[in-house]
Amino acid sequence: MTRYFFTDVTTLLGRSLRHIGRSPDTIITTAITPIAMMLLFVYVLGGAIETGGQGKYVDYLLPGILLITIASGIAYTAYRIFLDMKGGIFERFQSMPIARSAVLWAHVLTSVVANLISLVVVIVVALIMGFRSGANVLDWLAVAGILFLFTLGLTWLAVIPGLTASSVEGASAFSYPLIFLPFISSAFVPTDSMPGPVRAFAEHQPVTSVVNTIRGLLENQPLGNDLWVALAWCLGLVAVAYVFAMSVYRSKIA
Amino acid sequence: MTDHVHDPTIRVQGLEKSFKDVHVLRGVDLEIAHGSIFALLGANGSGKTTTVRILSTLLKADAGTATINGYDVATQAAEVRESISLTGQFAAVDEILTGRENLVLIARLRHQREPARIADDLLERFSLTDAGSRKVADYSGGMRRRLDIAMSLIGNPPVIFLDEPTTGLDPQSRLEVWSTIKDLADHGTTVLLTTQYLDEAEHLADRIAILHEGTIIVDGTLAELKALHPSAEVEYIEKQPSLEDIFLAITGKPTAASGAES
Repeated sequence: MTRYFFTDVTTLLGRSLRHIGRSPDTIITTAITPIAMMLLFVYVLGGAIETGGQGKYVDYLLPGILLITIASGIAYTAYRIFLDMKGGIFERFQSMPIARSAVLWAHVLTSVVANLISLVVVIVVALIMGFRSGANVLDWLAVAGILFLFTLGLTWLAVIPGLTASSVEGASAFSYPLIFLPFISSAFVPTDSMPGPVRAFAEHQPVTSVVNTIRGLLENQPLGNDLWVALAWCLGLVAVAYVFAMSVYRSKIA
Repeated sequence: MTDHVHDPTIRVQGLEKSFKDVHVLRGVDLEIAHGSIFALLGANGSGKTTTVRILSTLLKADAGTATINGYDVATQAAEVRESISLTGQFAAVDEILTGRENLVLIARLRHQREPARIADDLLERFSLTDAGSRKVADYSGGMRRRLDIAMSLIGNPPVIFLDEPTTGLDPQSRLEVWSTIKDLADHGTTVLLTTQYLDEAEHLADRIAILHEGTIIVDGTLAELKALHPSAEVEYIEKQPSLEDIFLAITGKPTAASGAES
């Protein structure tokens, strides 16, 4: 039935995009926490933070805030998959002559679209707060590419609790540690201000390389190794999460 | 299909399924003729839903075989899915979409030519035209069930599984669903129905099987089942209206399907 794969994905994508269109609050709630954090850090704590750079703190902060936006956005993906599983419509789809993985792909693409909208909202707020970048179109495309891969990886990760959770809370709770991860990275303060073990962790976890890459692109700084490390993390995450999610999916649908 | 009219549309042999230590199905055998309504009766937990899930390719059996329309559920799952429609125990409808959008969605997924026309026809047939543009979340239980069954008819699958189609419905909606099911069989669809209501099986089914502790303990027509019991004794009793008769008499015509109900 794979000859219908793209048709089926498109049809199902239309369905979940319609869901988002009817409850735009999911976009708002996704964007509101990162925006609040951005306000807090720029206007309350930012004055006391020494980043070592010459730019404004909001410029320094934005890449990390974007990752937090994605981490909170994918909770809705898990939630939507969970509801489909529980409501029985999932079983209806599975008993129909459609490309079976289309059901998941539609949710994953919906997540990418929803996160993209949230990211745009956050960036607009950042611009209002004084964020400026000298990045050219190519730099922005590269930023979009990295954010896309990061979203895709976290989304496939979110599919797993969506399929396996036994309650709504369980389906979305997994994203809390992901939201927390940027705090122990270079997202808010430079890692060299941290004590040894924390610094070691911060410098070797994926968020730091992704944040540094985006920051480098936006500030026209040389990227060095960060770009390759970030790409490796993102692609690795996509691959591993995809394989895991698919195997969970197969075990669920017999 | 016409040259196989005498072959059973659904044939199940020695079906077994366990979940961990629980042996749910212990060798189920069934044969269901083309265009008939077959009722699978059983208490909660007797394995009715497990049987339906295996037949609709949602679950793999541990042992035994099942063919639908000549296709094996284990090895020809894709062909089986072309031949069936499942209406699960809980109305599998999209709450956020409207009734019409639900129908269009399924018509698209069944790769039909004119999804919009199919949706409108079905809304009309199931007395949902007025409610078609409303969100399903606002539907009553009966309307939801009707929409659910309407969604199952798209693409005219020759076999329909209805897992407890009237559980949780009020008497009026129940009668509506019953007449829909009869209508289906009249048009040549083979219906496998599970239920825990004896009167439902009595009303609808051409054949009835009783699933008990994982095996079919009785299988036959209603007359055959009745003949199993000691001969009827003649008793004279005063015929009292049942509470259901009273309820239906007071609340209006039992068969009128109204799209405006909510």
